[in-house]
Amino acid sequence: MTFYIARRMLYAIPIAFGVSLVCFSLVYLAPGDPLQTVMPPDATAETIAIVKHAYGFDKPIPIQYLMWLGHVLTGDLGMSISTRRPVIREVIDALSNTALLATFAVPLAFSLGYTMGAIAGCLPGRWLDRLVTGTAVIGVSLPNYWLGIVLVVVFAVELAALPATGMGPTGSANFHILDWSCAKYLVLPVMTLAMIPIGILSRTTRAAVAEVRNQDFVLTLRAKGLSEWAVIRHVLKNSLPQVMAVMGLQFGYLLGGSILVETVFTWPGSGFLLSKAIINRDVPVLQGTILSLSLIFVATNLIVDLLQSMVDPRIRRT
Amino acid sequence: MTRRSRNSLPALLIAAAATAILVGPAEAGGTLTIGMTAGDLPPTTGNPDQGFEGYRFVGYNLYDSLALWDLSESEKAADIKPGLATSWHIDEGDAKRWIFELRRGVKWHDGCDFTADDVLWNMRYSADEKAPEFNPAQFAQARPYLGTYVGIEKVDDHTVAFQTKVPDALFPYEISYLLMISPCRAKEVKYDWTQYALRPSGTGPYKFDKTVAHQRLEFVANADYWDKTRVPKQDRLVLIPMPEASTRTAALLAGEVNWIEAPSPDALDRLKSAGMRIVTNIYPHNWSYQLNFVQGAFADKRIRQAANYALNRVEMKELLNGLMLEEYATVPPTAAYYGSPVLYKYDPDKAKALLKEAGCLPCKVKFAISTSGSGQMQPLPMNELVKSQLDAAGFDVSLDTMDWNALLKVGREGVADHLDINAINISRQTQDPFNALIRHVWTGAWAPKGSNWGHYSSPDVDKLVEGILSEFDGDKRLALLTKLNELMNEEAVLLFVAHDLNPRALSPKVQGFIQAQSWFQDLTRVSVAQ
Repeated sequence: MTFYIARRMLYAIPIAFGVSLVCFSLVYLAPGDPLQTVMPPDATAETIAIVKHAYGFDKPIPIQYLMWLGHVLTGDLGMSISTRRPVIREVIDALSNTALLATFAVPLAFSLGYTMGAIAGCLPGRWLDRLVTGTAVIGVSLPNYWLGIVLVVVFAVELAALPATGMGPTGSANFHILDWSCAKYLVLPVMTLAMIPIGILSRTTRAAVAEVRNQDFVLTLRAKGLSEWAVIRHVLKNSLPQVMAVMGLQFGYLLGGSILVETVFTWPGSGFLLSKAIINRDVPVLQGTILSLSLIFVATNLIVDLLQSMVDPRIRRT
Repeated sequence: MTRRSRNSLPALLIAAAATAILVGPAEAGGTLTIGMTAGDLPPTTGNPDQGFEGYRFVGYNLYDSLALWDLSESEKAADIKPGLATSWHIDEGDAKRWIFELRRGVKWHDGCDFTADDVLWNMRYSADEKAPEFNPAQFAQARPYLGTYVGIEKVDDHTVAFQTKVPDALFPYEISYLLMISPCRAKEVKYDWTQYALRPSGTGPYKFDKTVAHQRLEFVANADYWDKTRVPKQDRLVLIPMPEASTRTAALLAGEVNWIEAPSPDALDRLKSAGMRIVTNIYPHNWSYQLNFVQGAFADKRIRQAANYALNRVEMKELLNGLMLEEYATVPPTAAYYGSPVLYKYDPDKAKALLKEAGCLPCKVKFAISTSGSGQMQPLPMNELVKSQLDAAGFDVSLDTMDWNALLKVGREGVADHLDINAINISRQTQDPFNALIRHVWTGAWAPKGSNWGHYSSPDVDKLVEGILSEFDGDKRLALLTKLNELMNEEAVLLFVAHDLNPRALSPKVQGFIQAQSWFQDLTRVSVAQ
């Protein structure tokens, strides 16, 4: 097991390096100017040249990459062009706000999605299966951007029961999760964010459970005289690796924040930060955020792989 | 209740009534909370970014410039007025030397006195790369307004003299965009602009109170503001970036903000039915196309005129639910130098005839447009409508759609690098004579040096521009500017489409706002009922 963990962690290093190279290059492939934020539309070529020099964007791109990588390895992601704040600070603040959403969206989506999928998988063709499948299709198909707006119109505008945007009157600075006047700002974005993972997980779980139920060993279990509950327990355990792989991806998605959901609710998380960095071409923030999110994905996949191998030892042997 | 207190009760009531009569109705004060269209909070270190919205809400509230904009009236186009300078004049012996008399008794928010040395320091902060106080972010924002600036000297503690490269009669307009920050505070934070942004100090009508990065910026009224007519009537001003239009609308309807910028046209009925006030006014903005004069169809004046005749601007207004003014010239008719320009009213037959005469039927043209962007209004449906109208009149328009940043790059680089593009759709501010007229047609402003994207050039126009820049008599200059505006229309130098009406939606609790014909607005007179 130790050798397996070490091997998987070694694999993660070239992946992380590749991610850094890709995310650095992508922002330079996109059209436009990385200093758009600080320059008005009618900036002249002479002004652009002076500002580029001042910000260090006049150096060759490979040199810029190596300098950036050198700083990254020491934990310095540079400074935001638009706010002049350290990128690491920007990313940590945004990620912690998104993590707050994920803290509630993950258990909600995983428990609901898994339970719904397991029930549907165990009762194929029944009305409950059809209901779950139909609900899952709706969950997957509804654009969360649209759903967010509808929830805001219903619960914030019409019923005045929940707030529409932001993190409360003091923003994230004094956000206390145990205080309802703050916590209520979480309700609508969490519901919106959880909807798609609920749909995806219930569909995946249903398919996995239905597939395992048709395997020969289940017939053997029944022939041995095991109760239906005991059979279901075996089926669920065997379907878990497949479901966990999808959970890992969805966990990364939820932790990465959703640009659309966070924009609709002006939630100052990583998705919102990313969207602002894209619009403003704030290259250091863009690179820092993409790199951080990518590393989170790599780490999540690593953890999921390890968990899968614990649940199903066959994976370790392959 | 004791006997003594019973006896004193009538006296107390009388005293309370008398106090109420003497004091009059209580000031509404309150907190004005604004949902901005900006994607982020504008910086507080001087000239802000986020376009003129940054200047409107942050720049001119925290800071002042030597010349400010008079935003007190809604009926006429805003013009400049004395700010931190009480007056200015050209040196009688040197047409390239502007002398500014500075206002006395002004204090920075940090308590230091405002002096001539501070103006010199601010010019180094904005324009001198070698100075320790130089800030590239400030330079980037300020540089476009310092095109003719060469240097500055201190005449005395309350007088400074600016030197310009060429005679520049419009220099006071340019200097109105340069916001002055406190050298005292900058020195206190050792020129650490990240720290300065958290403790900014200006001379403006609002003082910085607190901020949460990317989320909200809070100012409080500066009760000691030097212009007593502009001491804010509200207690607190809160700015929240909300780039998504539907989010702003929902936030206003839910009572989380009491003022939103640019509600989308299809939300107006809903907002009105909820009792919100929609405020609009003409302002110096144009949604038009800058044309390629070097190569292709628009090098021919007849084709430029044909395109203008082919546009049905009334139909465009219907598309925008009435939120535009039909544009027939670079500036709206309320501009002092509007004059009597040729108006290209909708006439598709005339358009076809001109195209036939020019031998360009169907006339293939390519427009570079964006999907969104500052001041771009509703770029996709508007461009589609323009295309359909031009196509109906004999053009064959293809739209090259790109993101805002990419279009800005095309705009900055100029036509020489993009000869295949016949026109670009970048909305422009037309707040002052240079930005409204000159930069579009002056050979000296050819991109990438300036914003004459399509390299229009005419000896007559250049001579007229030189006349304007060297004419220091206001009335005579106005006549020349009017002539230039008329000439630009005669030449059909742009494809004129729409002037935005700068819509904003206000809660009924917001009182006292007068929407000036400007990109900037005076928030100091606004109060919010509790």
